[in-house]
Amino acid sequence: MASVVESEFLLASRRRRRFTRQRLGHAAAPYALLAPAAAVIGVILAYPLYLLVRMSFQKYGLFELIRHKGRSVGTANYAHIFQDAEFWRVVLRTVAFTAVCVSLTMVLGTAIALLLLQLGRVMRVALTTGLVLVWSVPVIVAVDVWRWMVDYEFGVANWTLTKLHIGNFVRHDWFANPWTGFGVFAALIVWGAIPFVAITLYAGLAQVPHELLEAAAIDGARPWAVFREVTVPLLKPIFIILTSLSIIWDFQVFQQIWVMLDARPGSDYYTMAIYAFHQSFQISEYGLGAAIAVVMVLFMFAATLVYLRQMLRAGEVQ
Amino acid sequence: MSAVTPMAPTPVRAAAFRPGSRRRLRKGGWNALALLVLVVMVFPVYWMVSTAFKPGQKILSYTPQWFPTHPTVSNFSDATHQAFFWNAVKNSLIVVSVVVALSLVLAFLAALALAKFHFYGRKPFIVVILGVQMVPLAALIIPLYIMMSRLNDVKGVNHVLGVDKLGGVIAMYLTFVLPFAVWTLRGFLLGVPKELEESAMVDGATRFGAFVRILLPLVGPGLVATSIFAFIQAWNEFIIAYVFLHTPEKQTLMVWLASFTTLRGTEWGPLMAGATLCSLPVIVFFLLVQRRIAFGLTAGAVKG
Repeated sequence: MASVVESEFLLASRRRRRFTRQRLGHAAAPYALLAPAAAVIGVILAYPLYLLVRMSFQKYGLFELIRHKGRSVGTANYAHIFQDAEFWRVVLRTVAFTAVCVSLTMVLGTAIALLLLQLGRVMRVALTTGLVLVWSVPVIVAVDVWRWMVDYEFGVANWTLTKLHIGNFVRHDWFANPWTGFGVFAALIVWGAIPFVAITLYAGLAQVPHELLEAAAIDGARPWAVFREVTVPLLKPIFIILTSLSIIWDFQVFQQIWVMLDARPGSDYYTMAIYAFHQSFQISEYGLGAAIAVVMVLFMFAATLVYLRQMLRAGEVQ
Repeated sequence: MSAVTPMAPTPVRAAAFRPGSRRRLRKGGWNALALLVLVVMVFPVYWMVSTAFKPGQKILSYTPQWFPTHPTVSNFSDATHQAFFWNAVKNSLIVVSVVVALSLVLAFLAALALAKFHFYGRKPFIVVILGVQMVPLAALIIPLYIMMSRLNDVKGVNHVLGVDKLGGVIAMYLTFVLPFAVWTLRGFLLGVPKELEESAMVDGATRFGAFVRILLPLVGPGLVATSIFAFIQAWNEFIIAYVFLHTPEKQTLMVWLASFTTLRGTEWGPLMAGATLCSLPVIVFFLLVQRRIAFGLTAGAVKG
């Protein structure tokens, strides 16, 4: 039986010999082209991801770091963090902060995109250029500038708020209270994120066919109704992509808080990323840090799935 | 606000004047609002630059000085004479140029495979490319540190890779730039019609000739946009450089800038001058390519 199949296969392959060489080369080409990029991504993204999950089930302290070998402890790390009241406070704080930042970014970004549509050419170019300027400021630079603006003694924010009679802000320390401190962080993050959202949405809005809007207006729809019934459904894919991207970016907030607070944030300022960093690099409990990071990845997984689905649809992947 | 409202021409008839004037009024309102948004958004950048040009005693005044009336460049010379500034410039340039060059080559090859070939495993690879962009860096930094510290003990590799080596940082940046670069270039390559290449080959060009003469010039703008994206990412990155580069001589500009604040926290003039210098290259490049970056992230999304 086997030999019959084999001989038949041989016969067929001999008949095709003329083409096989070329075919084989053609079939191998895409894999050869992909290989270098795939190798880099595999070694520096996929393997660490696997390592992260494995470490989260291990005791990995300074001793293990020197020996380059963790000691398996089962689910002890997860049991430890889930019983830790501090961990749940950090989770709640991160989720709430993300929710506030993302909603503010989306609402203000949409408002500015709609405003851009109403403007004449000169003002529109001016505002767009200003937005791009803000967009291009490196995060660390932005942190330093905001730190200077909210400086407790010579900061321009305290002076302005006092002059506007909003209250007495003379020598007001914004970071003494975590509520006002996180207010500053939210302002800094939303300020930095608005340009991307506004410009992307404006690019989308400008592509909405005029006839559709005019037809709706002729049918008697008020501007708000046109926006809700025509514009929003058309832009829904962009909204979904921008919202999921914002969630992913804001949920892992680290450097703004870390640099603003001189690399010594108090525990009131811990977000999940900072808590994981603190557990691993400051008290050398890399296993615990890995477990926190795994929980963080899982939290962001939902947003990632939504983003992926939308991008695959938008990119028309066959 | 009257400055942004154009003067109305003398109306001929009162009846025609009324609706037009209301429209102009509304337009003036939008312009005023836009001006307010512009001022609020740009103010921090303005404040950075204007502080950078103010002499010390004007910065430390309880009533802020809105314009630098006696501009000085002493803050800039202070910043550039700060310890390790030129080391940081050199390191940033090395890291950025290697990341840009490597990411361009690797991403172009991969994008070519994704755009021009149909093969088994193509869709999973695209999913991976998009998915890995979402993996939080803050989570990966722990296993990456463990990995790099292991490499420090591997003979032959430890000259280049490992903790406190620029090579390690370059490898990590490359990985974080690649997914976006591949995705963007794939979009540009898909935009080139197959017929163009085919007609060149019919006219006697080889496959390689068609590639060099037809494909490469057409995706040129994509290559420029991608390399500038890689430049900006590598130039701005902080966390990896901060965790992996310990020795001050090896740090990049962003780490230098962040540690500047912790050493002498109240010297705002030189700090703002340093911040201005660090953001200049990025601002220039960003203004050049922003349209393409916005396009790349949501390409084709409207049609959905």
